[in-house]
Amino acid sequence: MSTRLAKGGRLLDKGRALHFTFNGKRLKGHAGDTLASALLANDQMLVGRSFKYHRPRGIVASGAEEPNALVHLGEGARMEPNQRVTTTELFDGLTCSSQNHWPSLDYDIGAINTHLARFLPAGFYYKMFIHPRPFWKHVYEPFIRQSAGLGKATNPGDPDRYEHFYFFCDVAVIGGGVAGLQSALAAAEAGAKVLLMEQTAHWGGRAPVDGGEIDGQSAEDWITATIAKLRDMPNVTLRLRCMGAGVYDHGYLLGYERVNDHAPSTDNPRHRLWRIRAGQIITATGAIERPLSFAGNDIPGVMLASAIRDYAVNYGVSIGDRTVVVTNNDDAYRTAITLKKLGLEIPAILDARQSGGGALAAEARSLGIRVENGKGIAKVKGGKRVTGVAICAQAGEGAVLEEIKCDAVAMSGGWSPVVHLWSHCGGKLLWDSAQAHFRPDPANPPRGAKGEAFVVVAGSANGNLDLAAALTDADAAGKTAAKAMGHDPKSTKAPSASATDEAALEAVWLMPQGANIKLRMKSWLDYQNDVKVSDVQLAAREGYESVEHAKRYTTLGMATDQGKLSNINGLAILSDALGQPIPQTGTTTFRPPYTPISLSAIAGAARDAVFQPIRKTPIHGWHEANNAHFEPVGQWRRPYCFPKGEETHRDAVNREINQTRQRLGLLDASTLGKIIVKGPDAGKFLDMLYTNVMSSLKPGKCRYGLMCNENGFLMDDGVVARIDEDTFLCHTTTGGAESIHGHMEDWLQCEWWDWKVYTANVTEQYAQIAVVGPKARETLAKLTTDDLSNEALPFMGWADLTLAGMPVRAYRISFSGELSYELAVPASYGRALWDALLDAGAEHGVTPYGTEGLHVMRAEKGFIMIGDETDGTVIPQDLNMGWAISKKKDDYLGKRAQERSHMADPNRWKLVGLETLDGSVLPDGAYATASGHNANGQRMTQGRVTSTYYSPTLGRGIAMGLVHNGPDRMGDVLDFPKVDGGIIKAKIVDPVFFDKDGEKQNV
Amino acid sequence: MLILTCPCCGVTGEETEFHQGGEAHLKRFGPGSTDDDFHTYMFAKENPKGAHFERWRHNNGCGKWFIMARDTVTLEVYGSYPAQTHEPPQHIRDAITAKRPGWTWREFA
Repeated sequence: MSTRLAKGGRLLDKGRALHFTFNGKRLKGHAGDTLASALLANDQMLVGRSFKYHRPRGIVASGAEEPNALVHLGEGARMEPNQRVTTTELFDGLTCSSQNHWPSLDYDIGAINTHLARFLPAGFYYKMFIHPRPFWKHVYEPFIRQSAGLGKATNPGDPDRYEHFYFFCDVAVIGGGVAGLQSALAAAEAGAKVLLMEQTAHWGGRAPVDGGEIDGQSAEDWITATIAKLRDMPNVTLRLRCMGAGVYDHGYLLGYERVNDHAPSTDNPRHRLWRIRAGQIITATGAIERPLSFAGNDIPGVMLASAIRDYAVNYGVSIGDRTVVVTNNDDAYRTAITLKKLGLEIPAILDARQSGGGALAAEARSLGIRVENGKGIAKVKGGKRVTGVAICAQAGEGAVLEEIKCDAVAMSGGWSPVVHLWSHCGGKLLWDSAQAHFRPDPANPPRGAKGEAFVVVAGSANGNLDLAAALTDADAAGKTAAKAMGHDPKSTKAPSASATDEAALEAVWLMPQGANIKLRMKSWLDYQNDVKVSDVQLAAREGYESVEHAKRYTTLGMATDQGKLSNINGLAILSDALGQPIPQTGTTTFRPPYTPISLSAIAGAARDAVFQPIRKTPIHGWHEANNAHFEPVGQWRRPYCFPKGEETHRDAVNREINQTRQRLGLLDASTLGKIIVKGPDAGKFLDMLYTNVMSSLKPGKCRYGLMCNENGFLMDDGVVARIDEDTFLCHTTTGGAESIHGHMEDWLQCEWWDWKVYTANVTEQYAQIAVVGPKARETLAKLTTDDLSNEALPFMGWADLTLAGMPVRAYRISFSGELSYELAVPASYGRALWDALLDAGAEHGVTPYGTEGLHVMRAEKGFIMIGDETDGTVIPQDLNMGWAISKKKDDYLGKRAQERSHMADPNRWKLVGLETLDGSVLPDGAYATASGHNANGQRMTQGRVTSTYYSPTLGRGIAMGLVHNGPDRMGDVLDFPKVDGGIIKAKIVDPVFFDKDGEKQNV
Repeated sequence: MLILTCPCCGVTGEETEFHQGGEAHLKRFGPGSTDDDFHTYMFAKENPKGAHFERWRHNNGCGKWFIMARDTVTLEVYGSYPAQTHEPPQHIRDAITAKRPGWTWREFA
């Protein structure tokens, strides 16, 4: 069992007890504990179940690389799944529970899968669930969805605060181990502005655990002194609990600071996302120990040798009384020596190397530890906890030589530099065969805007596993980075440390090297996703030769830990199976973030009301005060309708339309795009932009126009008014104002830059109100002495008026088919004009209407709407709008594209009206079926609904749609299947349902 | 996230301040052009491994379009220049040649 030792625990404050619960059990730890060390101190080795086979899983590591020990952390709205206990600092009142089991952690029904493992090999899901076809939807998918996902989703509504922080520095150092400290110091002493960040709560990394002297001091004392020096420098910023999450183009760096995860009762933001622009980035990210692949290496109690050492030294926790050490390198001897000195038993050190270890091995022997060279583990005994190991010769096939009772196994397969941040932005890797790992290739670094290398790597992250070499490398890295930023590094020497005489590592990818299939099926590579040596070998046999394919087929490295422990072992097995050297197989792609970061940190403050700015018209306040039901239109909020009392939205819309058609309605049209196009070439320019001729428009007149992109498709429409000889005002759709203005500027700046034209987007400078209905003229007449007669201001004309004392430009245009004036005033007059119109129209029961009323009325008139009748694949000809396309013009944007054969094809679907036989409303987007089936077995189609509404004017459903040969098939009846079964029959009719001759608008 | 410099207002800013507008130095083919010419103009875009010429707009700044020469492999920026330019200026070409001798991009080299 694992327990707290009487002595040790350099990070603990044993005077402060902290209480926490795991699966409802009340447990005790100390200040300074991680959740992992506190659980282990309470003999809670079993902490979860694996994803596929639901195997018992214990803690394996002591840091960010932990694949197994993931828990639900917190309760209620603060519950988060998949939190690593190894990187969670303990605090008083912490609550957590284990994941992926039912009914309980100890007795999990899903564990039956482990007995079915023979039948659940790599790619099982792909092979099994493909036939018979209909089974996918009704049987397989619901079942898989049940069992998919690790942990439960968090509850909506995050009660905590998050923020973004912008930072600029010459040199950002990622990693606060001794290499990071020395790099930061060297760069800072040269005068560079330095940021040093460390993901854990402590400076110094592994050095205090691993031992060694720096400049004649203990590592711990050197770290304390160096931090003190850095703190005193005004050009240095230090941050603990801040992870370098990702390195991006041109020196962009994301830092993820967990500000108060460890102290949730304080009033700080929970996480802070650092958005850093660094001239140079130093990755002093250290190295991660690799597991060894032997049968039963996933049984709780089998851990990384370095982790067992960490728990003993940092937290005073012993994993077991009897620990067998198995290794292919000298470093693991440190664990044996440390434990032995603490009074714990080391029954044996199994060194897979025939020639054994160096000075550390001699020290272990001198302490009386049994060391066996050329030996390995054939099999670990135990279920939910290690009970012993069977020893074999590494060179053989697993014949058991001896069984040793133990309750912990410390394994070490060598160390892999953390190259993630180096690789994020394109840094390449080298295979170092002596140390059997990939390390950064200094000739191929990530490059910045000027082509310069902007990432420098330092210490063990650079493959310098020895303390002395790491410090020398880190000193040089700091100086290189400072120099690259124009500083002059001092000619100081790197701190000295005595090198340990270590024997060379020997690559061991499988233990024993000739392990049979039964052993290989129990030799885990990826603990979280249950990928074994046999799975990777199967993938290779089945032709998944690319490492990226093998990864996806086996799910190796696809778990939440992203293969920090498993990747190198897995691709070594793959390389062996393919009979090729490891560098030829290569690695999968390293992508940010290094470990998962919270979505809330990414969102920062941008949520709820400040998620995005809301655009409001000058009349918005009135809408709010009058019960408007809003809908988003771009960044605007527009009233959909104005319900009265208990009225439904549908009833409100019908009332608004009836009142407008019969008497008087009012629409806030301020959101409409308004772009002024001015200059001697303005007419010529608009002739290129619109499909019809705008240059012939007379001042004082308005003309409707269509705008297409160069690819021929409709992109916008609206009314253009000619203000004077040189000036046009172009109305665009609400959502199109900015993009159409951008489109104009694009062509003016990049194609016709010699044309004399200026554009200005004045959308927000004007409020615009549509006064609509038979009583519109009468109402306006009450507010002005200007002539409003049809002769003075005819349909499609405009005039400047003084209305209720305000300067108003009145456009006589209509999107409803009614007598209509759109009144534009400077925005500051908008609300006053609206109020004046409400007063003047009161005697006619003036009724403000919303966007839904606008939509229904335009559909009753057969007017198209960009985004309904068009979807980026529709040309004006499809909408029978040939009348709006000039035949006289040599050119306009989209003209050439519309001449292409498929654009001129008579078989394109064309706009018609649709009238249901039973008067009901067609579902939006419904398809009209045709006879026969296509190659995918789907019904053939011959048209689709583009707009569909209930028309209160006609008392029935009306719709528009695009139909094959539609305009030539008036009176034909089409079938529109409904989603829930059944068919609606609809007749093809003219799309103008109401007032075909336009008598109402033209009075 | 790239760092760009607008040749019009001189501001050096983050990519989010700008908007990419596709390939630069396009010659427009309108009515009267052949199907092949129009197709090439509209759809056949360069996708080089190396130097590339792109249109960018300083849309959260001065609003001007400009052209940037950029390396699609190393992300190095060779320089930016106004959109009202028919072909890459000599100093930009020289900068590319220094890093990628013998480069070509459409009719330019």
